Amino acid sequence: MLAYAIYISFAGALIAALLPKGRPALARWWALGVAVAGLVIGGAGYAAGMGQGREVIVDALWIPSMGIHYMLAADGISRVLVLLTGIAAVAGVLFSWNFELRTNQFFAFYLALIGGVYGVFLSFDFFLLFVFYEIAIVPKYFLIAIWGSTRREYGAMKLALYSFVGSAMVLIGLLAAYTTAGGHSTALIDLARAGLPVSFQMWCFPLVFVGFAILAGMWPFHTWAPTGHVAAPTAASMLLAGVVMKLGAYGCLRVGIGLFPHGLDPWGFSFLGIGSWRDVFAWLAVIGIVYGALVALAQTDFKFVIGYSSVSHMGFVLLGLMTLNQIGLDGAVLQMFSHGIIAGLLFAIVGRIVYDRTHTRQLAELEPMHLSRRLPFAAWAFVIAGVASMGLPGFSGFVAELQVLVGAWRMNPWWTVVSGVGIIVGIAYIWRAMQKAFFTDVLPKPEDHPKTGWHDLGAITWPEITGVALLLICTIVVGLYPRILLDSIEPAVKALLAGGMQ
Amino acid sequence: MNYIDLFRATLPETALEVAALLVLVVDLGFLRRVAMKTRVAVAALLGIAGCAAALWAVSAAGPFSWGDDVLLTAGGSAGVAQCAILVLTALTLLLLVDADFTRNAGEYVAVLLMAAAGGLIISAALDLLVIFVGLELLSLGLYILTAFAKRSGKSAEAAMKYYLFGGMSAAFLLFGFSYLYGLCDSTNLHEIALAATVGRANGATPLLYIALVMIAAGLGFKVAAVPFHLWAPDTYEGAPAPAAAFIASVSKVASFALLISIGSALTHIFDSFHTGIVFVRFGFPTRYLGLQAPWELILTVLAVASMVFGNLAALAQSSVRRLLAYSAIAHAGYILLGLAFFSWSNMSAQAILYYIVTYGLTTIAAFGVVGVVERANGSDKMDAFLGLHKRNPMLAAVMLVLFLSLAGIPPLVGFWAKFNLFAAVLKVSGGAVPFTLVALAVAFSAVSLYYYLQVLKRVYVMPGPDESPIKAHPVTMATLVVIAAAVVVLGCFPALLQNWIAGFYPAI
Repeated sequence: MLAYAIYISFAGALIAALLPKGRPALARWWALGVAVAGLVIGGAGYAAGMGQGREVIVDALWIPSMGIHYMLAADGISRVLVLLTGIAAVAGVLFSWNFELRTNQFFAFYLALIGGVYGVFLSFDFFLLFVFYEIAIVPKYFLIAIWGSTRREYGAMKLALYSFVGSAMVLIGLLAAYTTAGGHSTALIDLARAGLPVSFQMWCFPLVFVGFAILAGMWPFHTWAPTGHVAAPTAASMLLAGVVMKLGAYGCLRVGIGLFPHGLDPWGFSFLGIGSWRDVFAWLAVIGIVYGALVALAQTDFKFVIGYSSVSHMGFVLLGLMTLNQIGLDGAVLQMFSHGIIAGLLFAIVGRIVYDRTHTRQLAELEPMHLSRRLPFAAWAFVIAGVASMGLPGFSGFVAELQVLVGAWRMNPWWTVVSGVGIIVGIAYIWRAMQKAFFTDVLPKPEDHPKTGWHDLGAITWPEITGVALLLICTIVVGLYPRILLDSIEPAVKALLAGGMQ
Repeated sequence: MNYIDLFRATLPETALEVAALLVLVVDLGFLRRVAMKTRVAVAALLGIAGCAAALWAVSAAGPFSWGDDVLLTAGGSAGVAQCAILVLTALTLLLLVDADFTRNAGEYVAVLLMAAAGGLIISAALDLLVIFVGLELLSLGLYILTAFAKRSGKSAEAAMKYYLFGGMSAAFLLFGFSYLYGLCDSTNLHEIALAATVGRANGATPLLYIALVMIAAGLGFKVAAVPFHLWAPDTYEGAPAPAAAFIASVSKVASFALLISIGSALTHIFDSFHTGIVFVRFGFPTRYLGLQAPWELILTVLAVASMVFGNLAALAQSSVRRLLAYSAIAHAGYILLGLAFFSWSNMSAQAILYYIVTYGLTTIAAFGVVGVVERANGSDKMDAFLGLHKRNPMLAAVMLVLFLSLAGIPPLVGFWAKFNLFAAVLKVSGGAVPFTLVALAVAFSAVSLYYYLQVLKRVYVMPGPDESPIKAHPVTMATLVVIAAAVVVLGCFPALLQNWIAGFYPAI
């Protein structure tokens, strides 16, 4: 059933492209309908798959002579991420409700991107996964370059090139794994069973892992992320942070760790205490956590703060992956979900609710505007989202990051200690942004105060309220009752750890 | 091989020649006072009919017995290439419908058909003399086609450059052929391969290497491999768009089919040995770069140079035609990699044919789009494409599909072709060298995305100065849309074309 989420999105994209040009409302409602349909399918698939292991949805030989399968399947991890994609897609449509420029094209690219993302999360064939992965990359370029803001062409091209360098590395890994395994099949299960030599895994693992991790925003390959997020239109930055970065992390988990488990083995020697690829990537993740947080603290552009916070939070995902224990990986997957929701919410508030009304994102310019009084809804929403992003108990981020940190402690306490610094700085940058953008105590001088009152910023519309409510409910529900997702994630992670992809 | 056999084997070529003469007679004999449009349409239709007849003849020609002195082969790679040449020729003829560069449509079509006949000959030829005759027939046709826009100075200049380069490379080729004949005492490819490997010529290796280098220079010119590529950008830029499409597709298919014949001949002789194949190839004194044979080494060098130089030079182009030329050089580099690591089964040949056929299809349509835009704007600069999505959304969508396919984005056919080719290279030889070369090729195809996106950015992203709609002839438009649809469908279902190609080879 989950496979229909892919087909509906691609069909929806095609129809959106063919919709008449002058009717933005039609395109919006169509996109919303398609996104909701995807969410319903994802939700129903999630509920139906509760407590079940991996189930194969479709398995057909796609290209018989090469042994390439059209194999869609879902396990607990896939189901959680499909659900996340559905939620992010609906929220993204709601927050682009005010689009007037080339609306039908916008939603065509948007839905094509969503379709590709669904496809990646459901593919159990390396070739197929790669195909969907690339399908998800191209629309991003156009979404940012056409509808973006600050330095959009630069941001879009940078993002596209980083993504393609990453996917070129993955493609080399795919070709190498396929031919080394004998060239009979590209199904992940078959490749994992082929018994790839340890020496091969040792060099192929970092290649594929880095290839995917570029898209997951791993330091020092993260620089596309802040510029891309800032340049993107709101819905696209929500999707970028919300699901596209998860594509990278998911690839690291499913392909990198699933296919090349021996790539994480110790090298047999160590240098400065680093004795395996696992140490290398874990430290890069830790550096990403702290670096992202510190840089976010120094930003003057509101959206850059959120952009760098994404780098920091994705560091937790990668650190969780590198713990290679049950609790750490559980936390990593949960963090993917949690960050997808929270980052989406933050980008929506900054990009849609605030920027579209004030037309500035500079914290210094937002300061004298007294947005807490003029946009109380935005202020409240940002306070809650910010608290969730800081990782306070009661929100999804807390459960996820706690699990990652516990898992990391068991492997190397220093990882946890240094990452803890990142969390503290995380509180600081959210607090600073909140203070400056909404709750400044700089009172306007009497002569600055407009005689006729502040000019109207425009009322909050229903799509914004619905979108904020949807995302907030998700993060709070998961925060209060994390088992709703963990029951699904745990068995899948256990299976993955026990036997790789087999 | 007696004359009846020879006639049967050359039936497709004969069909094309008859059609060419018929076009001339009809056009110059009966239609002199008729409107230009009708003359173009009639000439194109007759040409397409000729292609269809030749296509029938190709499919009717059964595989005939192998002899030692066989001149032409049928079926297998030659059959695939011939069918592809005929279909692609017909498609370039369809693009002629709204062309306005010449008033002599009949002569244009006749020359085009004769060049295509040359292409058919070299894809089937197994004899040095036949190869040379076919190559010259093809090349002479291409020089004339390049110069066909008589009112354009660029066209004349391009034809002149093309002709001079072509003449020189033909001389190199002939020089190499003469050495080869002297060393091996035969003009048959299989005989030569046998003699060069285990026979007399084995003692005279330095001369053999000289001959191979000369031949590589001659054929490298045909496929526009660096450093024999200098004609390509000028010719692509100056030739009339339908002629450029023909040069970029049909001529490439034919030339690569010839390279496949040579590769097959070199590996075919090992059929009887079955094992230990790699070790007996040529009397190569030492292993250079892990390669055993000089021919492979030469092709590898050409491949790497073409990939690197083609992609990097394309980054700097502002004219879309020149960009397509440099991208063609880069694509030739990828294919040469497949030829350098050639398999003694049909796997490599099939992968290369898949690549070149789909590349030819894509590039014909790309030149079709360029031709339409050029007529509207009078320029093929990238900026002529500004705001195309508003001026003609359908054309813009076609452009998007084609360029993404050239960049190798799934699920379009260009990606599958690359994957298939690189997988074939790695399956032939699993060492570090082929792996590094494939990694280089993949990395450079990531580079290529940048320049393709530069064009697409102008089509979709940047606003144009002029928003008046661009009109294209319905036939042109239909052709372009059909090709774009084929690029998508073949990309989603690669097995369709793959099975069709595999159908030409005898079952093992």
